[in-house]
Amino acid sequence: MTTTAMAPVPAGERTGGGRPPAARTVRRAWTEHGLVFVAPFLLVYALFLVWPLISGVGMSLTSENITGAGGEFIGLDNYAEAIRDPEVWSSLWNTVWFTVLSTVPLVVAGLGLALLAHHLRAVQWLWRLSWFAPYLLPSGVVCLLFLYMIYPSDFGLADQLLASVGLEPGIGWLGDERYAMLSVVATTVWWTVGFNFLLYLAALQAIPAHLYEAAELDGAGAWHRLRHITLPLLRRTTGLVLVLQVLASLKIFDQVYLMTGGGPDDSTRPILQYVYQQGFTGYRMGYASAVSYIFFALILTVSLVQPLLSRRRAEEAAK
Amino acid sequence: MHPPHLSRRRALAGGAGALAAAGALGSLTGCAAPATAAGPGQTLLRFWHLFGGGDGVNMQGMLEEFRAAHPSIALEATTLQWGAPYYTKLGMAGAGGRAPELAVLHLARLAGFAPGRLLDPFDLGLLAEHGVQEEHFPPDIWRRGQAGGRQYAVPLDTHPFVLYYQTEICEKAGLMSGGSLRPVNGAGEFADALRAVKKATGRPGLVTETFGADCITPWRLFSTFYSQTGGAVLSPDGRRLALDDTKALRVLEYLTSLVEEGLMVRRADYPACVSIFNEGKTAFHLNGEWEITTYRNAKIPFSMTRVPALFGSASAQADCHTFVLPHQAGRGGAPDEAAHAFVAWMLRNSVAWAEGGHVPAYLPVLGTPEYLALKPQSEYRDVIDDVALDEPAWFAGSASRMWIELGAVLSGALTGSRTPRGALDEVKARLRTLLDTRNPLPGAAS
Repeated sequence: MTTTAMAPVPAGERTGGGRPPAARTVRRAWTEHGLVFVAPFLLVYALFLVWPLISGVGMSLTSENITGAGGEFIGLDNYAEAIRDPEVWSSLWNTVWFTVLSTVPLVVAGLGLALLAHHLRAVQWLWRLSWFAPYLLPSGVVCLLFLYMIYPSDFGLADQLLASVGLEPGIGWLGDERYAMLSVVATTVWWTVGFNFLLYLAALQAIPAHLYEAAELDGAGAWHRLRHITLPLLRRTTGLVLVLQVLASLKIFDQVYLMTGGGPDDSTRPILQYVYQQGFTGYRMGYASAVSYIFFALILTVSLVQPLLSRRRAEEAAK
Repeated sequence: MHPPHLSRRRALAGGAGALAAAGALGSLTGCAAPATAAGPGQTLLRFWHLFGGGDGVNMQGMLEEFRAAHPSIALEATTLQWGAPYYTKLGMAGAGGRAPELAVLHLARLAGFAPGRLLDPFDLGLLAEHGVQEEHFPPDIWRRGQAGGRQYAVPLDTHPFVLYYQTEICEKAGLMSGGSLRPVNGAGEFADALRAVKKATGRPGLVTETFGADCITPWRLFSTFYSQTGGAVLSPDGRRLALDDTKALRVLEYLTSLVEEGLMVRRADYPACVSIFNEGKTAFHLNGEWEITTYRNAKIPFSMTRVPALFGSASAQADCHTFVLPHQAGRGGAPDEAAHAFVAWMLRNSVAWAEGGHVPAYLPVLGTPEYLALKPQSEYRDVIDDVALDEPAWFAGSASRMWIELGAVLSGALTGSRTPRGALDEVKARLRTLLDTRNPLPGAAS
């Protein structure tokens, strides 16, 4: 029987009656065994994900402070306050705006760099390394690099670059509301594009070469091959990259915290920083929980809606 | 095995106790201190503070001197990151009842720090035994340390907003007389002085922090000049909005006009504004007095004075470093007595602390020849009578939500993204929100 081959019966049961165990017993034994193996993970999962999720909801219904004492049940007051709080909406908008600004270049540049690396046959390892390397740096290092090398208005590389093409330097990259968000986006693109690049490169390498050969025999030029073979076959990867990127961008916190602190004038402050401020500077854990659950609902919607959309697209394409 | 600083103390007691050596060794204490630093027969005294930079060096020197003078006390000092992280940690330690024996707190934060729940009161009798009494302090500042009739905070210093000036540039602009800055009276005269500097150097004459992460100087700047008009931000009990539109607008419009006219640097974050002054690119710099060590070390020709009276009185925004006793479940006994002895010793020896620019709150020190010989520190000591502290509210004080939020709004007015009127409306809206919000750490005694 295949079942016994897949799951050896525990020694204790085998010494039992001396006759071969019934298939059902074997399957149950297998399940129990499985549980033993999965238990550590389940425990960690329950302790660090399920329980905080539940207790967070509980906390968001109280006026609990950072010391964990003195919280009273206040029902939905925190949620009502959050919905009326203009700071919640402005920082939520900053988060969404950052996501929009960063996702498009991150997906497009990821694809572009992957195409380049795929077609540049010479020293391919160098392209791969140079485009993926920044992704390996911790966010603190990246932010310091940009803070001290790229953006300072006296000697920063960004201003040098502007000056070299004859433009007016002296831009407050991080101090000016017009440029602060864009500067954080630029930093993030440089830093994280390597991940999307890698996903696209893997997908590109999986496209069978004979498709291109056949197309070439039929007289398709480079542009046609890209449009009619490469891009359609990358659709699945693009869907994945897009979802992962949107989710990653929505969770923006560290770059902004390190580079602008949310300024100038709160113009780059993302919602997670507002949660942090309410919870840890303002000591209001209950309120901070409520705001973070509103944000959680947004993320959940995005991650549920996107697969639905892509499934519908796939079904339409199949028709 | 002996804890490492025991042998160091012996070395110091043995006559090698030069302050320089103490300072150099002091930096080792933080990482070398084992979990239980007290040797046999010693009392462990744990002390948390938030002093980095020049303040940190001064503090380490004082701590080493204290150690040398008190072999029976094992002092374990921990330097934590200034600002919100420090207060979060201190609050949580007090809430758990397992806090250190002693800590530093900004006086204006006392109302939000739940005296009686997160903090324990001082034993005034015990302090008096060590020679420290109420009459040794400016009455207002001493009183601000009280809640519910008990003394929760004992002030170490006042750290006011001051005016730094470049003596050579001011000389060139004709603003000096007899080696120091000629008195400036009123907003018009100050603007004229800045114009004279601009004429002499071709650059803006004034720099102060106008933007940056958690930037609070715009609030200090506004608070300083607004207090000079006689206006109050909140009612004396800290529960109602008391902002006077006319007075506040006068100040905001004046400050923005300085920027518009090119008399004040529009965009400078904290490091930039320190380096602009340090490199002699401007004549005046408004900031807290603690950067004196930086400019001293750079050996630039500068001095400092009280913020001039531009709108009436010569008051200046300030806060005070104080000692507090974080709540311990079983406070008392030898460690508690050691904490009181330490506080008294630090106050009596606060001349060393004054070197960092702070004005000692312990009045007997202000009259000593050692303090009077500190120049320019002792020249602005009388500001201690004219300081504007935030009204007592849970959201006020150094590194508080009010400072960070209003700092961001007022930064907008200085850098030009908000009009004075718009900034004022936003300031009021933010203050109303804070006032409507329940105190998250309701105190037993406040």
